[in-house]
Amino acid sequence: MRQPLTAGRIVTYAVLILSALAVIFPVYYVIAGSIMSPGQISSYPPDLFPHGIFTGNYEGASSSGTPIGRQYLNSVLQTSIITLSQLITSVLAAYAFVFMKMWGRTVLFGLFLATLMVPWESIVLPNYLTITGWELGGERLTASYAGTMIALVLPFLANAFGVFLLRQSFLQFPTELRDAATIDGCGHWRFLRRILIPLNKPALAAVGLYVFLAAWNQFFWPLLIGDSADKRTLQIGISQLNDAEAADPGLILAGVTLSILPTLAIVVFGQRFIVRGLTAGAIR
Amino acid sequence: MTTESVPAVATRSEPAVAARRPTPASLLSWLMLLPCIVVFALFIVWPLGKSVSLSLHGSDLFGRPDAFVGLQHYRDMLGSAEFRHILWVTFAFVLLTVIPGVLGALVVVLLLEQHIRGIRIFRTAFALPFAFSVASASVIFATIYNPAIGLANGLLGRIGIDRIGWLTDPDWALISVAITTVWMSIGYNVLVLSAGIGAIPTEINEAATLDGAGGWRISRYITFPLLGPQLFFLVVISTIQSLQGFGQIKILTPEGGPEQSTKTLVYSIYHTAFANNASDFGAASAQAIVLLVILLACTAIQFGVLERRVHYK
Repeated sequence: MRQPLTAGRIVTYAVLILSALAVIFPVYYVIAGSIMSPGQISSYPPDLFPHGIFTGNYEGASSSGTPIGRQYLNSVLQTSIITLSQLITSVLAAYAFVFMKMWGRTVLFGLFLATLMVPWESIVLPNYLTITGWELGGERLTASYAGTMIALVLPFLANAFGVFLLRQSFLQFPTELRDAATIDGCGHWRFLRRILIPLNKPALAAVGLYVFLAAWNQFFWPLLIGDSADKRTLQIGISQLNDAEAADPGLILAGVTLSILPTLAIVVFGQRFIVRGLTAGAIR
Repeated sequence: MTTESVPAVATRSEPAVAARRPTPASLLSWLMLLPCIVVFALFIVWPLGKSVSLSLHGSDLFGRPDAFVGLQHYRDMLGSAEFRHILWVTFAFVLLTVIPGVLGALVVVLLLEQHIRGIRIFRTAFALPFAFSVASASVIFATIYNPAIGLANGLLGRIGIDRIGWLTDPDWALISVAITTVWMSIGYNVLVLSAGIGAIPTEINEAATLDGAGGWRISRYITFPLLGPQLFFLVVISTIQSLQGFGQIKILTPEGGPEQSTKTLVYSIYHTAFANNASDFGAASAQAIVLLVILLACTAIQFGVLERRVHYK
């Protein structure tokens, strides 16, 4: 609908543009600052626009004392394992809740949902004591690189949120289709793999993207678990770039720019799926 | 597999009452639930009990429980001025993040409803903070708040305002952390409210337009009141998230802020358990239980009020 440009509408646009600029500004600044030379970024009053493209910060970020490349790999690995595992465990559990008859399933589903109410911060200390107390092949679990990765992902291999969302989706699956498949001799696994999963791709994408963002975002647990630079995740790595004495802002911004690339791609291209995952529960 | 699926189908086509009749549990369905049950039992249910138990014990040098001290940690906590300070900071942080975060998003969403052009560009702009993890957002704001070369003071300098010690002045540190938090949450809040507006039947707006109501009258008398459930949901969810905020506090103010001005409950749990070889897991666990009770109360309020509105089927 096209409307005449009245004073009210000019104000509407002005407020929107200003607030959008305020929200975008840090996004712009991190990218612009990452290609500024050390001289330019430390100038006062600060410069808003880069003079040409300076790549030294990216070279510095990858060759500094912090092994950013290794930490990037750690984060990708940690996030992929958690996402894949939660998709599998959620599909299986949601399938059992919707399509299989079993005693006490309503109560069990209630218990699953109840686990969502327990804040991670309230149980992080016992989990820390448990996992750092475990041994693998005679040495402390977190002593090795592989052991640290196991410790990073173990508590997050399943989450009731995925089960909840997929159950919602499976419940809307037409009973007639299920019946028809069964009459044709289609067993549980075949039905799950060939019919249910392909037809619920949007819900799976929503869960997958939601879990990916949450896992990529983790801070508290990785902070406790990775005890040497090469075993840390990217999030801990960039926060330590910031802690370093005489921190170089250009280097920090280059590190941050690298760290937001995967999620920036998800937000720009996967918006319609994350909306579904993120707002589940907010809308009736 | 095929033979098992027959009774499963029978239950789905039977009336709901018959389906509730207990029958022998199928082994396969339990197998499918097993991974979730194991993870939840091992890393949520058992630690919950362990947290309570830790809070009733003292701790050795490595944080492991030693002597049973009963409610001593709770008594110490409630009697200490420091703990009251922590609760106050936590409460102030919630107010400073939830109110601006939800109101700001409401204004943006109502403006976006005024049939403006380029609505998709604006929506994407407000969604961009999603791409930032807590750590990356905090690190950027730390750079912006830098007292010497940061942009915040640089821009203020251009309009003749004196430098502010964003993260070093006890009056400003919590506000600075709150600004970062609001920035991180604005995209989600806009998303939820937009979805809420999308769910309002278009006939209502059309009827009001026919009756001569303009954009702002529709916003004020129709959209805003009908957004009630979403606004309530956002207030509760933001409160819960704000109470759990940790990364931004730890990164922006590594020592809990100047004069402990950003020492919230979650930061204090971390600090009591891990900082400076303190390793007091007992006292930290008592704080963790207090956090649990506060968050459960928030969740209970949410379910109590929203119960009649949320349909799971």
